Formats: sequence, structure tokens, C-alpha cells
Amino acid sequence: MRGDAGSMTYLRPRDPEEALRLAGECPDALALAGGTDIMVAWNAGRLNGRSILDLSGLDDWRRVSTTRDGIDIGALVTHAQLIRHRELAAGWPLLAAACATVGGPQIQARGTLGGNIANASPAGDTFPALAVYEARVRVRSSRGGRELPFAEVFAGVKRTHLAPGELIVSVHLPRPPEPDRQLFRKVGTRAAQAISKAVAAGLLWTDSGGSVRELRFALGSMAPTVRRLRRAEEFLRGRRLDKGVVSEAARLLEEDVSPISDVRSTAAYRLRASQNILRGFLEGRLETP
Amino acid sequence: MIRLSVNGRRRAYAGPPFARLIDALREDWGLTGTKEGCGEGECGACTVLIDGEPANACLVPMGQLDGARVETVEALGTPERLNRLQRAFAEKGGAQCGICTPGMLMAAEAHRRAKGRKDREGICRALSGNLCRCTGYKHIIESVSAALKGKK
Repeated sequence: MRGDAGSMTYLRPRDPEEALRLAGECPDALALAGGTDIMVAWNAGRLNGRSILDLSGLDDWRRVSTTRDGIDIGALVTHAQLIRHRELAAGWPLLAAACATVGGPQIQARGTLGGNIANASPAGDTFPALAVYEARVRVRSSRGGRELPFAEVFAGVKRTHLAPGELIVSVHLPRPPEPDRQLFRKVGTRAAQAISKAVAAGLLWTDSGGSVRELRFALGSMAPTVRRLRRAEEFLRGRRLDKGVVSEAARLLEEDVSPISDVRSTAAYRLRASQNILRGFLEGRLETP
Repeated sequence: MIRLSVNGRRRAYAGPPFARLIDALREDWGLTGTKEGCGEGECGACTVLIDGEPANACLVPMGQLDGARVETVEALGTPERLNRLQRAFAEKGGAQCGICTPGMLMAAEAHRRAKGRKDREGICRALSGNLCRCTGYKHIIESVSAALKGKK
């Protein structure tokens, strides 16, 4: 079955207050931003009869602003906007790099950061970067607002902890200290228009003696939701990155992920590729400039 | 009523707001230059420009286009007066079966206007959302390269 335009109830609020009111009144309405996922489902006939809350008219949620402390990215900011944003590229280059691997230019120009998060795919390409930058997701409903640490946004495959009537308003990234090493890496069948087999982001700070002060490393497509490598991160704190330590970190990676075999890859390949990326990063062979 | 500009001409749309741009273009306005390949945002055959940025017309509901400026392959040139990209595709063998060609041209046009990189890598990135099953891409990339460098 194809999408039937006549079967849809279509709501297009003009300002945030109207959007939050409608979201409260119609909690079953599907929030639509850039449409790069929803329209695929609709074209296949999977959303016929649904109500759609189209947020694309809310220009207030389409802005990026930087402060000394960080950057605020409106939920409707597109991947293309983020790729072009000079301050994001300077302060949060892993997010800019991630956005450049989402779909192709057409998808990047329509798809939004808020939509990417709300869609909650296990393979969301921006999620490892948002995880290592320790993003905070600001949500609102007609009853008020709250802020979710990025690690607490996802409930499972395609599910978030947003309550009915809540909408993502913006994403805040605190400004991190300049890392000594950083990495974004996506493993897919091809460079563009491919869903990740595995996707990684890492930030590393070392002290003058070469010991690890802090590692933040996150993997996507390796579990129902994006995962920080808490075990490996904890283990590496204060250690020098010699061969044995790197091997132990790669071994510990397994404890924070649960890869599956599916149409895109196998669990074994995903694990091996992720471990190789972590090793390469810790050994200084893999880096994002 | 949704009011937009299509190839510089004002259009009013009164159909269901969740109809797709590609259907309005092809069915309502007879602009059949834009092709539907996959209908799921993978192939780029339906690429048009919306406010100057490339978009898959199969993924855009009409309701999002009030006040928008849409450009399709019909705006690039005419058979008598091809634009530079179209001429390069014709001269360098950039088109075979032709289904992907309008989308390739529009993605390349977006890249040209954005003053994107003119080297092979830059062109490949600009065309990375467009699939071609005939040419192996070589002649397409050469066509865009020639057009961007202004060679005949």
C-alpha cells in the first residue's frame, strides 16, 4: 500500500506555544521535522490515517547560538546547517563530522538534529558525538520544560523517554576543554546513503607524562541505544597507553555493548571493527583532525 | 492554500497538505523532468532545489512548502539553450538511460551555486546522494568537472 495523503490529519503550528498546545491535545500525533524518516514510512503506506504535527514552521527552533559555556542547537537545525557552522566545526568537530556522514546532501539539507534524536534509531550517526560531548536535550510540553542528559534520552530501539506531549526544543553542548586527540569514525557499506554497521566518537585528554586524564568513547549500532564505554573509560584513567593497557581496553569494550547480526552486518564484525577503531584511536593511528 | 514559487512561476496548491512535492510537480503541474526512482530518499533521482538547497522531492510534503522557492530541472535550460551543466553532460556522455540525470544535474547545480570544491572529491561528495545504474559515475563526474571549470 502507498501513502494516502487524504487519510492524514495534518497540523502545522505557527509558533512554539501553539505547537506545545497541539502536542498536548493530540499526544498520538507524530512530530514531523525534516521528514527524511517519516516520509519514507509514509510512502510505504505505514502511516496512513495518522495525525502529523509538522514542526517545520517553527523558525525559533531553527537557530544555533554559541555562548562562552557552550552551543545551543535548535531542534530544527539541519545537518547541513551544522556542517557549515564555523563555531561548531571549531569547538565540536566530531558532531560536524558526524552530520557530514548522514545520508547524502539531500538528506543533510532536510534532516534535523532534533528529528534524528526523536527518531531514536540505534544507528543514529550523530549520537556517539552527542554522547561524548555530554549533550543535554531540552524538552518542553504545555506544562513546562526539563533537561535530559543525553545518556538518559533513549529508552530502546526507536523509543525515547519523552513523555506524551513533550517535544525536543534544543540540544545544548557544553564547551569541552581542548582534547589531545579526537575521533569520529563511521563504518558502513559505502561512504554515503548507508546506515552504519558501527559508528564511533572519542575524546582523549592526556597529562604531560602521557597518562590518560580522561577518555570519553561512544559507539552506535552496537546496542539498542548508543553506548559510552564506561568500563574502558574507567580502566584507562591515570594509565599510560602501552600495548597491554590498550588490549585490555579493547577487551573491556565488549562489556558495554551487545551487537547483533542483521541485514547490515554481523555481531562479530561489528565487535571486531569497533575494537580496531578503539585500538587505533588509543594508539594514535586513527584521528579526526 | 499553499503558495510557492516553482521555477520562478507563482503556484497555488489546494490539494491535501500531506501529498508529496514530486506528485504535485509531475501530476498537478506536468513537470515530468523530476523522476521518481526509489520513493524512499535513497536514489536522488527526484532531487530538486528548495530555497537553493538540494532535497528529495519524494520526501517533502506540500504542507512544508508555503512560501518556498522550488526549482526543478526544467529551470536549468531548454533543449535549444542548455545550461553549462546540461551541455557538459551531453558532450561528455554524462547521461545514458537518463533516469538519474535530472537529479544529478540538480545536485550538481546546488554544488555549483554553493561554490563547492571543484576537485573530484568535492564533486563525488556533492553527488553522493544520487545513484546511477548505467554509467559507473565516471562520465558524470567528468561532466560536472568540465562544467565547473568552464571548459567547453
